[in-house]
Amino acid sequence: MKTLKIEELSKNFGSTEVLKKINLEIDEGNFLVLLGPSGCGKSTLLNIIAGLETINEGDVFIDDYNVSKVEPKDRNIAMVFQSYALYPSMNVRENMIFGLKQAKTSKEKIQEQLEKVSKFLQVDQLLERKPSQLSGGQRQRVAIGRALVREPRIFLFDEPLSNLDAKLRVEMRREIKKLHQQLKTTVVYVTHDQTEAMSLGTNIAIMNHGLIQQNDTPEKIYNKPSNTFVADFIGSPSMNLIKGILKENSGDLLFTVSGSNLEIPIKDYDFKDKSNLNNKEVYYGIRPEHIFFKKFNESDFEINLRADLSEYIGHEQIMTFDYANQEVLAKFPSTIKIDLGKQTKLYFDLTQASLFDAQTEERI
Amino acid sequence: MQDSLKSSSYQQLEQKSKYTNMFLRWFLYFILILFASYFIFPLYVMVVTSLKTMEEIRQGTLLSWPSGLNLESWAVAWGGRGYGAGDTFLRPYFWNSIKMVVPAVFFSTFIGAMTGYVLTKWRFKGDQWVFLFLLFGCFIPFQAILLPMARTLGVLGISNSVVGLVLVHTVYGIPFTTLFFRNYYISVPTELVKAARIDGAGFFKIFFKILLPISAPIIVVTVIWQFTQIWNDFLFGSTFSFGEAAPIQVALNNMVLSSTSVKEYNVDMASAIIAGIPTLIVYVLAGKYFIRGLTSGAVKG
Repeated sequence: MKTLKIEELSKNFGSTEVLKKINLEIDEGNFLVLLGPSGCGKSTLLNIIAGLETINEGDVFIDDYNVSKVEPKDRNIAMVFQSYALYPSMNVRENMIFGLKQAKTSKEKIQEQLEKVSKFLQVDQLLERKPSQLSGGQRQRVAIGRALVREPRIFLFDEPLSNLDAKLRVEMRREIKKLHQQLKTTVVYVTHDQTEAMSLGTNIAIMNHGLIQQNDTPEKIYNKPSNTFVADFIGSPSMNLIKGILKENSGDLLFTVSGSNLEIPIKDYDFKDKSNLNNKEVYYGIRPEHIFFKKFNESDFEINLRADLSEYIGHEQIMTFDYANQEVLAKFPSTIKIDLGKQTKLYFDLTQASLFDAQTEERI
Repeated sequence: MQDSLKSSSYQQLEQKSKYTNMFLRWFLYFILILFASYFIFPLYVMVVTSLKTMEEIRQGTLLSWPSGLNLESWAVAWGGRGYGAGDTFLRPYFWNSIKMVVPAVFFSTFIGAMTGYVLTKWRFKGDQWVFLFLLFGCFIPFQAILLPMARTLGVLGISNSVVGLVLVHTVYGIPFTTLFFRNYYISVPTELVKAARIDGAGFFKIFFKILLPISAPIIVVTVIWQFTQIWNDFLFGSTFSFGEAAPIQVALNNMVLSSTSVKEYNVDMASAIIAGIPTLIVYVLAGKYFIRGLTSGAVKG
């Protein structure tokens, strides 16, 4: 049984297709993050799961029960919004028990839930306050509390941290992580912040143009991106994508850029399809943090590139190198001195490389 | 040597700017007092005249003080002289106006709030057209709807009645009240409505429990606007009602313009003030709440 299952879901606003045949599954207790640039349909998908948006095609199942036409309140879900959406005219207590009151829960049960949750989230001192008298972090806690008292099957979070300042955001992120570890409730979480996605999710679904580009664990997303969009979207600075071709040379496979004598051997690469690799146009993907200034592993491949630019950002520096007129970025500790305009010895960690078809932009 | 020269010239400059500032300040007060008196003058004349006897009016000037607190003309304006036919006085018409204005303000405000709520929080296909046509209603001149409205009232059997006037003012007020509430609710985050829906609240519950409690400032604005419009209306009142059912502005007109004998300026002035007092009261009372509503910051989510 899947806690949440989405089948062939399509949604359009007028002639704009927002979601195109989405399929998604979440197991009990997992933390799924929907990640993508703005306008990719992630919030619409969340609203559809909540029942706040109608569906054009496809179905949503919660615990194998088709809830496509079920009212939001009967879906056994709770949602936390970006603007917190606390009812301004009610105090914290009334805010938290509003849903239970609507569901005609007994007074004793409401009191019990309220005490339990407000203690747990440390808002029990704030119960008589109005939302306007709370700080950003407190409002966030109350909003989570309002979701918690209902003991839902699934928590839905819609960019809950993006209204907070940077420091508080990191704190609240840890709290949400702790919360999930303690409660083990299934979570669907929408964000455009990759750090949030990586640190919180047990699964990340990366979306773009109404399609799920990759749905995997954070490690897989980072190490084995399934297409150039994911490769480019995750990581800061993002993965270097060097355009070139593959050459087969007496059984060995090499990556070269036309008009350049630079060659990178492809070894132990886990190809999906080993045929027709010779002369194939590809992107060679390598992350800036997998290019070293000295040899760390035996298999690291030495290459000489010209240093063009250095960006100092405190604990590290981002260096730009020239690879046959294409830019290659590398991340080094800021203590390393590299002369600009000179050929520099670099070491590529070949085990971390990714190859993408230049036409389809899919991983090969 | 040079230093002392410099400091003396600075002193001169300081002295000069002091005089300039003083002059400008006095000039400012002069202008303000001038304009204030310009506006207060008519009110002064009205109040003073209403307190005079006819004898005093004939002999004194417009600005002269009354000999004492002579409230007789007020009593006449409000309650009449006590003889039968031809004696027009404001009391019954004042209550007519109250009976008209209270329900009309209530219904138009309530319907406007509802419509604004639907147009912003329960969007439907073509809602911007509905809003556009409603806006159009704000620009239709009173005169244009007189005939169709008269026919409608006739068909409904409520012409020449307070109920009919309530209907006219409610209908004519809806475009304005809707505009006010729509513009207010559009700044209220729609996430509030979504949260309430997940919490299990329905259409009316969300309106009454979530949105209406934070609408105080705009309700006050709407009530002030509607009350002033409806209370001061003369055209609808004089067209759709006559005799016993007329509102106060029509009665005031009848009193002042159709007296057959000598013009009683003191009674006329007292009547005009009486007819204007309710709007003043609404401004003073509601204005206070209006500012309170604005400064409480209760709307921010």
